[in-house]
Amino acid sequence: MSFLINLALGLLFGVGLVVSGMSDPAKVLNFLDFFGTWDPSLAFVMGGAVLVGFVGYRSVLARQKPIIGDRFYLPAKNDIDVHVLAGPAIFGIGWGLGGFCPGPALAGLGLGAAGTVAFIPAMITGMWAARLIDETLPRSSSD
Amino acid sequence: MTEFTPLASLAGGMMIGVSAVLLMLWEGRIAGISGIASRLLPPYRDGAFLSRLGFVIGMIVAPFAAMTLTGNQVVQAVSSNFPLMIAAGLLVGFGSVWGSGCTSGHGVCGLSRLSPRSLVATVMFMATAFVTVFLVRHVIGG
Repeated sequence: MSFLINLALGLLFGVGLVVSGMSDPAKVLNFLDFFGTWDPSLAFVMGGAVLVGFVGYRSVLARQKPIIGDRFYLPAKNDIDVHVLAGPAIFGIGWGLGGFCPGPALAGLGLGAAGTVAFIPAMITGMWAARLIDETLPRSSSD
Repeated sequence: MTEFTPLASLAGGMMIGVSAVLLMLWEGRIAGISGIASRLLPPYRDGAFLSRLGFVIGMIVAPFAAMTLTGNQVVQAVSSNFPLMIAAGLLVGFGSVWGSGCTSGHGVCGLSRLSPRSLVATVMFMATAFVTVFLVRHVIGG
């Protein structure tokens, strides 16, 4: 059951990426090219998602617990540490090079572009390396 | 040049937001793609593997569903510079997991929760991405 619900939600998320244009690296790179061929569209993607998320989370998190499961799994950490500065900084460099962040890359995999097919195994390797480091050098708390 | 598409982008963004809110309502989890994808790799600490697999499969099927629904081809221009895309993939994969989130986890879900940690993360990755594109297009390429 949870598998099917998640399949539907992943589908909705992915269709959102495609409809919004975020699944096109050219559009992402133009959004990031403030001093060149700037395309502000992606600000509207973020705006729409955060608007719905802000309102929706407020009503959902007012509940005692989710429909299944015993609690909401919200990130426990709130401090600004090296991970939350260096991690996103590294991620941003990769995002600026390829125009792909994880969601759009996965949503574009089936379209079979050569660059996507090169990107995905590298991304999974990078994720695996980060998890390996976390397993070896545990953080003070989990998030 | 790419076409400015405020309405389609707003609509697509709202679909992403609805998906994130419903995932929280259903099983109480953040719709962060780097977290969902990276936890398909071992070790497995909770019983949510099948949920995550379902979410990722749904995302992969999405462009075909979108093409069927709209009747339009999905426009996508991906660089075919292999070394560049491999380097980009390594940095995106490592940085997003090490930093506990990407555009969706920090950018969408974190900002929606008004998380200061996610705001810092979002400012960081936006800043380095802007600088990277500036260097590639206007310093090295210019």
